[in-house]
Amino acid sequence: MNQIYSLTSLKEGERARVSTLLSNGSMRRRLQDIGLIEGTEVECVQKSPAGDPVAYMIRGALIALRSEDSANVLVACR
Amino acid sequence: MGLTSGSTGIKAVDMGLVVKKQTEDDKVIALAGNPNVGKSTVFNALTGMNQHTGNWPGKTVTNAQGYCTYNDRHFVMVDIPGCYSLMAHSAEEEVARDFVCFGNPDAVVVVCDATCLERNMNLVLQTVEITPNVVVCVNLMDEAERKGIRLDLDQVAQRLGVPVIPAAARSGKGLDELMQAVCDRLDEEEKGETIQIRYIRPIEDAIATLQPAVETVCGETVNARWLALKLLDYDASLIHALNESLGFDVTGDALVQEKLEEAKQIMQSRGISLEELRDKIVSCIVLTAEDICNDVVHHERTKREIRDRKIDRILTSKWTGFPIMLLLLGIIFWLTITGANYPSQLLSDGLFWIQDRLMDLFVMMGAPVWLRSMLVEGVYRVLAWVVSVMLPPMAIFFPLFTLLEDLGYLPRVAFNLDKYFKKARACGKQALTMCMGFGCNAAGIVGCRIIDSPRERLIAMITNNFVPCNGRYPTLIAIITMFFIGTAGMGASFLSTLILTGVIVLGIVMTFLVSRLLSATILKGVPSSFTLELPPYRRPQIGKVIVRSIFDRTLFVLGRAAAVAAPAGLIIWVMANVFVGDASLLAHCAAFLDPFAQLIGLDGVILLAFILGFPANEIVVPIIIMAYMATGSLTDMSDLTQLHTLLVNNGWTWLTAVCTMLFSLMHWPCSTTCMTIKKETQSLKWTLISFAVPTGIGIIVCFLVASAARLFGLV
Repeated sequence: MNQIYSLTSLKEGERARVSTLLSNGSMRRRLQDIGLIEGTEVECVQKSPAGDPVAYMIRGALIALRSEDSANVLVACR
Repeated sequence: MGLTSGSTGIKAVDMGLVVKKQTEDDKVIALAGNPNVGKSTVFNALTGMNQHTGNWPGKTVTNAQGYCTYNDRHFVMVDIPGCYSLMAHSAEEEVARDFVCFGNPDAVVVVCDATCLERNMNLVLQTVEITPNVVVCVNLMDEAERKGIRLDLDQVAQRLGVPVIPAAARSGKGLDELMQAVCDRLDEEEKGETIQIRYIRPIEDAIATLQPAVETVCGETVNARWLALKLLDYDASLIHALNESLGFDVTGDALVQEKLEEAKQIMQSRGISLEELRDKIVSCIVLTAEDICNDVVHHERTKREIRDRKIDRILTSKWTGFPIMLLLLGIIFWLTITGANYPSQLLSDGLFWIQDRLMDLFVMMGAPVWLRSMLVEGVYRVLAWVVSVMLPPMAIFFPLFTLLEDLGYLPRVAFNLDKYFKKARACGKQALTMCMGFGCNAAGIVGCRIIDSPRERLIAMITNNFVPCNGRYPTLIAIITMFFIGTAGMGASFLSTLILTGVIVLGIVMTFLVSRLLSATILKGVPSSFTLELPPYRRPQIGKVIVRSIFDRTLFVLGRAAAVAAPAGLIIWVMANVFVGDASLLAHCAAFLDPFAQLIGLDGVILLAFILGFPANEIVVPIIIMAYMATGSLTDMSDLTQLHTLLVNNGWTWLTAVCTMLFSLMHWPCSTTCMTIKKETQSLKWTLISFAVPTGIGIIVCFLVASAARLFGLV
């Protein structure tokens, strides 16, 4: 059984697959546009100096998300 | 019903985008693409124009159009803002979508980034869904190669059913092939089948129910399958644009309404709510893209990628992120100050030598004293000052800055600072607009379009002026040199840099404070979500950077400043030489402003100079000097020690210098910036607020500093 976390709990270098998108409205669409849908693999790459936002590797592109937003992305760690 | 050419044609798409054909036969080609894939580079290469490019998403904020000729055929190229999808989220994406959907371009070139083709495929698929007249240009092939990515583009073309052309636009590779493909595509009588995205069963059934009705009502003008899908996934702004383009309300048609209801029933009975529909649509597109790319993209994780991560760990880590940012800022200003010193002196000597010769010439021609004094001491001298003081720092600053921009460092600045913007309830991308403000505040204001939330965009616009632009730091540098350091030696330039950096950091701190203040008062709200892309580092093309920043930016800004300086010089001269009673007009005005100006640590002349400097900040110092010179005399304006004496003789103290610097940092935006704000916000109210906020803050800060200094008897 896979454990479900939010994206926020990933440490640098860890990977996981998206299980559910909780965000609504335009942020949901924005995330889908960059290819973040159920099943997408995400790697936590780099935290910013202040710890937030955090850069994630999503389908070959490095994208920074604020913790409020990444908390709405549930992932299953392998 | 009015199906006029005006309502269906290209003119139907507003937002200021009116395509101008040179002849009737011109073909209109739209250039679409995700942000930061080199779309502007492709556009520039094809049209020979100079749309600004740089390594961060969202530079193209206005639609540009240019002309291009290939094989004796003429094309109008329209560079539309970058977008990830045609399901619009923001104003720019709406512009992009409306142009692709309803602007009736003859063909759409979708520019893709070879290094992340899969994500770009989303836009390609959505475009192909609308029209078969698509050519895909896979740009940045050179970069992909370096990253160890191999692409089987023939297979991509086969899957998509549209031509796919590899390119490396920065070195001009693949562009002929691209235009050839566009010509071929336009000439093709029978276009083969293009890829059709297969949605899940219930959606397909719903489309099948609605599509015939749409075909009946709309005829051949639009792709019925696509339109049926959009009607199901009710997108108010798209339907509105569609109705505008068709000239009638599709959703008002009885047949369409009936079938739409039926189609919705089908979906609902199969357990797909309207909310879920969009998710399912997007997933199907993303999965199709994944499916295509799985077969054709071969990626080996390379040294380059590992190198990028290493650089990121240094530039954005907890311990080194901020120090490096400050250091880079400092280095840029240090190079600007020290580098500009000598050429400035040289230019100034040269220009004032010319002034003397001009004077001789006028004397020789027997021109009256007032005329030669007006033209030479008024117009020419101000012009000469502006050129000699502004040109060298700009010619150094702009290339250095463009270099950082090209490298891909600016988005990292936004990444580093975002937390503080969040605390101020603003958007991290504001950091990018501030960076543009260093060059020119008006450019910074236009750049604010990259911020999606209207509230956060206004905050960024109102506070942009707290970043001193190129027109202002010559003033700051001159004052720092005269009053705090002196000119001699390496230590001096190091200290000036430190002080200048301090002033700029103060401006940045003010930006955060004022942003927070605005968020708590007139622009109440919580920070909105955003995604920030950190592009791969790119090796800047140094030669191009220099040429581009000198010609596109330096000369442009200098030209504008000079255009303002000449008439301003004339006005000042007139004011200083027209006497009312026993004093000049200038003296009267200065005397009128003096009591208030003294209160905030300035004097009447300085405040008057700031007011007269409204058209361009560059001319503030020359005005001050001219005004003082009306009562004294100065033989060599280029000599800062003499200038210092002049200022001190006119009552300047260290406090005057500090307050002038503070006021220079915090006062009204220049006229160009104000006009830009008006244009961008379409609101007089916000323009006035953008004028009042920095001015009010500047007055308060100067007043507090001056009062404190006087209270403690420091002056």
